[in-house]
Amino acid sequence: MPDLSINFCGIKSPNPFWLASAPPANSGYQVQKAFEQGWGGAVWKTIGAPVLNVCNRYGTMDYKGSKIIGLNNVELISDRPIELNLKEMAEAKRNFPNHAVIASIMVESKKEAWQEIVKRTEQTGCDGFELNFGCPHGMSERGMGSAMGQVPEYTRMVTEWVMEVATIPVIVKLTPNVTDIVIPARAALLGGASGLSLINTINSVMGVDLDTFELQPNVGGKGGHGGYAGPAVKPIALHLLSAVAADPDILKSRLPISGMGGVETWRDAVEFMLLGATSVQVCTAVMHWGFRIVEDMIEGMSNWMEEKGFETCDDFIGKSLPRVSNFGDFDLGFQSVARINHDKCIQCNLCYIACNDAAHQCIDLKELKITDEAKERLWPVVREEDCVGCDLCSRVCPVDDCITMVEIDTGRPHITWNELVKSKPEVLEWEEMEAYRETANIHIH
Amino acid sequence: MAEHYKPTKYKAWELTLEERFQEVYPPFSQREAVLEANRCLYCHDAPCMVACPTGIDIPTFIRKIATGNVKGSAKTILESNLMGATCARVCPVQVLCEGDCVLHADEKPIAIGRLQRYATDYANEKGIRFFKAGQPNGKKVAVVGAGPAGLSCAGELAKLGFSVTVYEKKVWAGGLSTYGIVVFREPVEVSLAEVKMIEELGVTIRNGIEIGKDLTFEELIAENDAIFVSIGLGNVPEMEIPGENLEGVHDGLDFVEETKTEALSTIKFGHRVCVVGAGNTAIDCATIARRLGAERVTMIYRRSEAEMPAYHFEYEFALKEGVSFMFLTQPVEILGKDGKVHGIKCVRMDLGQPDASGRRRPVHVPNSEFVVPCDMLIKAIGQVKPEGIIAMLAPFGIETEKGYIKVDQHNRTTHAKIFAGGDCVRSHGEASTVMAVQDGKIAAASIGEQLVGVARPLAAAVSKR
Ligand SMILES: Cc1cc2nc3c(=O)[nH]c(=O)nc-3n(C[C@H](O)[C@H](O)[C@H](O)COP(=O)(O)OP(=O)(O)OC[C@H]3O[C@@H](n4cnc5c(N)ncnc54)[C@H](O)[C@@H]3O)c2cc1C
Ligand SMILES: Cc1cc2nc3c(=O)[nH]c(=O)nc-3n(C[C@H](O)[C@H](O)[C@H](O)COP(=O)(O)O)c2cc1C
Ligand code: SF4
Ligand code: SF4
Ligand code: SF4
Repeated sequence: MPDLSINFCGIKSPNPFWLASAPPANSGYQVQKAFEQGWGGAVWKTIGAPVLNVCNRYGTMDYKGSKIIGLNNVELISDRPIELNLKEMAEAKRNFPNHAVIASIMVESKKEAWQEIVKRTEQTGCDGFELNFGCPHGMSERGMGSAMGQVPEYTRMVTEWVMEVATIPVIVKLTPNVTDIVIPARAALLGGASGLSLINTINSVMGVDLDTFELQPNVGGKGGHGGYAGPAVKPIALHLLSAVAADPDILKSRLPISGMGGVETWRDAVEFMLLGATSVQVCTAVMHWGFRIVEDMIEGMSNWMEEKGFETCDDFIGKSLPRVSNFGDFDLGFQSVARINHDKCIQCNLCYIACNDAAHQCIDLKELKITDEAKERLWPVVREEDCVGCDLCSRVCPVDDCITMVEIDTGRPHITWNELVKSKPEVLEWEEMEAYRETANIHIH
Repeated sequence: MAEHYKPTKYKAWELTLEERFQEVYPPFSQREAVLEANRCLYCHDAPCMVACPTGIDIPTFIRKIATGNVKGSAKTILESNLMGATCARVCPVQVLCEGDCVLHADEKPIAIGRLQRYATDYANEKGIRFFKAGQPNGKKVAVVGAGPAGLSCAGELAKLGFSVTVYEKKVWAGGLSTYGIVVFREPVEVSLAEVKMIEELGVTIRNGIEIGKDLTFEELIAENDAIFVSIGLGNVPEMEIPGENLEGVHDGLDFVEETKTEALSTIKFGHRVCVVGAGNTAIDCATIARRLGAERVTMIYRRSEAEMPAYHFEYEFALKEGVSFMFLTQPVEILGKDGKVHGIKCVRMDLGQPDASGRRRPVHVPNSEFVVPCDMLIKAIGQVKPEGIIAMLAPFGIETEKGYIKVDQHNRTTHAKIFAGGDCVRSHGEASTVMAVQDGKIAAASIGEQLVGVARPLAAAVSKR
């Protein structure tokens, strides 16, 4: 069986699956139960400043019969007494010495306050810290959480305060609620962080009740923005992860990254790791299904690794990073067209209407006589010479592998946009662009 | 040709003979399996799992199909039930797992059986093996009878490190999974693939050896540290009416066996077939007669619809297959001409006061005799108890219960070295494959505990549900 254990800037864990700092990691009972069921680590629910919670903390995005494809919350950091949290943290670490116990902390923006909580918490024997610079509600209004994560100078400053006194690894948890996440990531690096984690939750309003006009979540008739998480945020998390992981400064520093935001299955976890995450954290999926999901995560990842011939996680962590690129560096000469497999096609004509109404009108409905039915329906047929290769039809087709995008060679030059505008800056004018298209065999009508 | 334009032939007479004996339900496509798996709620302490006699962790195996870990899904199933591929097909899911699914009321239950088939077939097609023989512990066990109970026990014992030999009187192993379950429910290959899996665990299966004839129990007991008796039941009993020896009168089990072992086109069947009995085997006989091509198939049962022992879904299946029923009808004589059956004389019945079984006792209606013409008559009124073997075991102090071998909840008989399970101990409860598999598991755990002191966790895990 492949070896799933990881070493995250010195924090060792039997597997890459950690509970995220959130309700599932709220107490010693929960964390120890999770370890028993197979979780490799837990980032304890954030401790620090005193808080009071409200009722009706959640709103959800349910989609066509599936519950919780997205989860919004207005919960604050831990509201349990700090002493109790520290006592239970010490106990969990004592009972599970080989598992990763990481303390998430957040206090007001004062050096003494941060340094005091670091010193106090280290006495539990925990393996590392995670600095919560991401909570987008309640705490941010008090100058904490995302209010710190959104100002790179603060991120760096607080990280430096912590690094001055911490003797164990420190992970900085980033907020997605910024324009360019690479900037706070670099600030954390400059502050001396040992690792990064992302993403915290995304600002969101879940919905409005059509009868009562109340917002969701509904706190006694009022509502406001809360943090969004769960499967629906995965693409955003993957983008922010890849942006940070592929950043040259971060790459050079070799800071490990703990990825999260929508991880629900081993497949999600593998994707995060292929894009550079060393560990993954999970909150919403556990809130929905319980700790037990980890068994399949471990087994599914092991089976996949075995199939691919990977012996350790390091064999595939970051394997897709070299493919992270930018529009300007894509090959303009790469051409594909849609091809329909009429043996599989069930003639729903969704491809036809999508192409006709929302793409480039290059699918026709034709009589093909491929069966001996008297009343054979018309078949969708792609006019390949007019197909721009946008891929919409294959995305809407309900039948697996029925429409495939096949690569074709149209003799277009293999050049990127950046190369083109460098060698032919004149194409930035429409007339010259038309001329270039003629020579490059690109015809758009 | 476009796949979906291939004609869907749903009328029996449009199908070829071979097509009519394909599995009733086609396998799930990947898409169907994933859609169905995603419909499952992944309940905590799920009732479906509690209802499974082998305690398969159903929500977990279904979730693994949903996440694309089909290999792990099969492992979850087989960990609890080595005959998972057979059970996926033959279990009366409507009264077990699916019957207890929480979606029963509002939606429709999850197709647990078909999902289980999807996962186990996946592993089988890919030749994936999940278990290895345990470290040899130096102990020898003989298993008598290679049906689901015997194979399950043998496989679990091999995992614990026992050296196991299974003696089977028939040419093939698998018991009724190989010889008795109609092919359109379970093809023979599925059962034989399970046999192969058990053999690959290091179990020796000796076919063609009948215990009591070719080898004695004395010999087995002398040579082994324990024996597990899983001989099942016998053939269909006599109806004890005149004419049973006429040509054209068949034993229902032999009839089913023929359709599993012979070329379908060579099997003789009548055009007016009467089946006596109304249990699940009787339904099997009636429906295969229809599928072979019999024009009229009538089931004759002395009580009414409400008392019939067949599962309701089996009754519905028979009706759909075009089988007709004569309730409150008792055969009294089989009529023949030139030594061949040509009719069955019956009397009408009424229901009187409840009898010992709580069902209303059928009583004759005077002067109500009539004849149902037929050219084939199939007896399917149950299976005889294993009297011969029980007589051979009696000198060892083995006790019986209602004519079955008596065992305790750990499948121990009254002799310290002898364990038993499967249909031959089923003095109460429904005789079914899954119960036989569970007996084998429990017995293996008890043998392990008794002989090498292991298997405590297994024993706990397999406590009877
Ligand atoms: C027609 C029919 C249809 C059925 N359909 C279903 C169904 O759809 N679903 C379901 O759950 N159950 C069904 N059952 C019941 C199910 O098949 C049995 O409950 C199950 O097979 C019992 O397993 P077993 O191992 O106890 O016995 P068996 O399967 O009967 O196996 C006993 C084995 O022992 C061998 N044997 C007997 N005596 C000796 C001897 N002296 N020496 C060596 N070997 C010996 C036999 O040849 C046989 O192979 C059906 C039964 C019948 C008859
Ligand atoms: C109810 C709830 C409470 C949370 N509380 C915290 C917290 O105290 N500290 C923190 O760093 N992140 C907190 N988070 C964010 C999660 O740790 C995580 O970053 C986010 O939920 C994305 O992961 P997911 O998609 O697996 O849920 C919380 C999330 C939720 C849903
Ligand atoms: S989940 Fe538990 S704590 Fe929360 S509202 Fe429901 S019953 Fe109350
Ligand atoms: S969307 Fe797919 S299935 Fe539907 S008509 Fe187009 S090719 Fe056929
Ligand atoms: S009871 Fe039904 S929905 Fe619940 S876990 Fe079992 S199969 Fe799934």
